[in-house]
Amino acid sequence: MSAITPSTEAIRARAVLLGRSRWGVAEIIFWVLAFACYWLFPTKLSLLSEIAILGLVALSVDLVLGYAGIVTLGQGAFFGIGAYAAGLAAKHGMGTSLWSDPVIGLFIGGGVAAVIGFATSFLVLRGSDMTRLMVTLGVALIVDEVVNQMKWLTGGSDGLQGVLPSAVLGIWEFDLFGRVAFVYSMVVLFVLFVIARALVKSPFGLSLQAIKGNMLRTRAIGMPVNARLVAVYTVAAFYAGVAGALAAQTTQFASPDYVAFHRSADAMLMLVFGGAGHLYGGLLGSIIFRTMQDVLGNITPQYWQFWLGVTLVALVLFVRGGILGLLGNMLAAWRRKGGAS
Amino acid sequence: MSPRILLESRDLVRRFGGIVATDHVTFSLPEGARHALIGPNGAGKTTFINLLSGVLTPTSGEIFLDGANVTNWSARKRAHAGLARTFQINQLFADLTPIETLMLTIAERENAGAAWWRPVGARTDFVDEAVALLAQLGISDIAHHRVGELAYGKQRLLEIAVALAQKPKVLLLDEPAAGVPEHEREQILDVVAALPKDVALILIEHDMHLVFRFAKSISVLVNGGLFVEGTPEQIANDPRVRQVYLGEEEVNV
Ligand SMILES: Nc1ncnc2c1ncn2[C@@H]1O[C@H](COP(=O)(O)OP(=O)(O)OP(=O)(O)O)[C@@H](O)[C@H]1O
Ligand SMILES: [Mg+2]
Repeated sequence: MSAITPSTEAIRARAVLLGRSRWGVAEIIFWVLAFACYWLFPTKLSLLSEIAILGLVALSVDLVLGYAGIVTLGQGAFFGIGAYAAGLAAKHGMGTSLWSDPVIGLFIGGGVAAVIGFATSFLVLRGSDMTRLMVTLGVALIVDEVVNQMKWLTGGSDGLQGVLPSAVLGIWEFDLFGRVAFVYSMVVLFVLFVIARALVKSPFGLSLQAIKGNMLRTRAIGMPVNARLVAVYTVAAFYAGVAGALAAQTTQFASPDYVAFHRSADAMLMLVFGGAGHLYGGLLGSIIFRTMQDVLGNITPQYWQFWLGVTLVALVLFVRGGILGLLGNMLAAWRRKGGAS
Repeated sequence: MSPRILLESRDLVRRFGGIVATDHVTFSLPEGARHALIGPNGAGKTTFINLLSGVLTPTSGEIFLDGANVTNWSARKRAHAGLARTFQINQLFADLTPIETLMLTIAERENAGAAWWRPVGARTDFVDEAVALLAQLGISDIAHHRVGELAYGKQRLLEIAVALAQKPKVLLLDEPAAGVPEHEREQILDVVAALPKDVALILIEHDMHLVFRFAKSISVLVNGGLFVEGTPEQIANDPRVRQVYLGEEEVNV
């Protein structure tokens, strides 16, 4: 068949399929703006680094939940594991040895989380959504308890003190204004995003969507469903672990709060907020979540969670696909109107 | 020399609680077979296909695919060994497009489904094959539509396209034309008729006109057990079949 010149339909199909992985204008604007925050909000850099880190966790949940359809309440555990692993490496590296190099710390944090993600991935292969929720939650609770009990290693409830990462790539020392922390976090987020983007637009990513869509059929066409799920779960654990490492390095601290259950719940909430299965959903969700927390927290310190809850319920009940779904609907409506007039 | 047996079941049993859905079925399917499996509603036709394709595990008995004992093989492994099927109730990916569905199926067949570094569509040979399949089934026009929004008849055709994309040695079609409008039924039959000669085919179908047009051999399944097997002429003229399965209905060959 390859000897024959492709039909017009084949040419069109190639264009359509490849077109999905081309960078759109909106995407480029998003990233330019994100990096431009360095100049736009110079006094908010710590908050912005935090948003980037939360966005990375939400991205990790998106890979598992948004693409492969595996519900999880355990991503916070991988975040915490990454934070402690990188924190311990930096602490014992004393700011001088290779162990306290931040970039190596990212691989340590991500790597340890990935190993534990891989080991526990086999628990989520079987069962219903409910069993998966319980299993991932259970693993998260175990990690939480272990961190609290292993005082000699983790510092227990006092947290891990003396996390002193050395300069990024041996050049940029972390500063008091969070400038280096912001650029560092953003670059890491961007690099991991580009990889995740390639991944979800590849045959591998398509197979995840297929698994989410119909597992019976994926098995019937000969897809190794379990291997795919183990792979994506491990990659997602790596992502969450890197986010945790970033958090430990940029705050020079790790505490039991980093492995607490609310981390997992927040990450899922941000993703649902922004729109699952879109890659940008988690990023958008983390921006909105953390900004709301900051703004509402200033206005009504006690009630910000109330308004957050109201918004969440409204979004889930009335808009399919979160904020991105809402934007998509509006765009479609606008196009229809434009086409009609 | 007798033809090669591609698919075989020996003394196959499947129980659901008190129901015996498959009752000691011993059956073989040679290369190039055009075999129809008929029987009243609830006779156990779909259950038999589920057992053969690995969706269900048998209570007892054995299954052989091209000589290998596949009784304990997963559905996935059987698919790679050359077994494909369609489902009586559509089992498709609602959020994907037909072209994506076929790209995915072809990639799995070629063990290229885990590639994560290149975009879908980079393998132009896969794209060309998927496009050709859609054209073969006459559904090129909806190649890029969301599957969940397609008309039922188009979804039925896609079901078959997916199975064909697997390039199977054995193809099991569970009522492919059920619920499909008249003009598309013809299309489905034409596609089935045009399949490579050496592919062994089982067709489950209630429409006797289709059955007798297609089949070179027929099995009648009643209450989970094989009731009669034979050529279309033998089945059509068998008074027991008339009585048990067809009731008062006339059979036209
Ligand atoms: N998963 C199941 N659990 C319990 N009983 C089942 C199950 N699947 C099938 N059965 C029963 O097994 C028997 C055979 O069902 P099956 O679907 O195989 O029949 P069929 O010949 O395909 O019927 P139809 O022509 O209506 O499609 C029926 O009595 C059915 O109720
Ligand atoms: Mg049936």
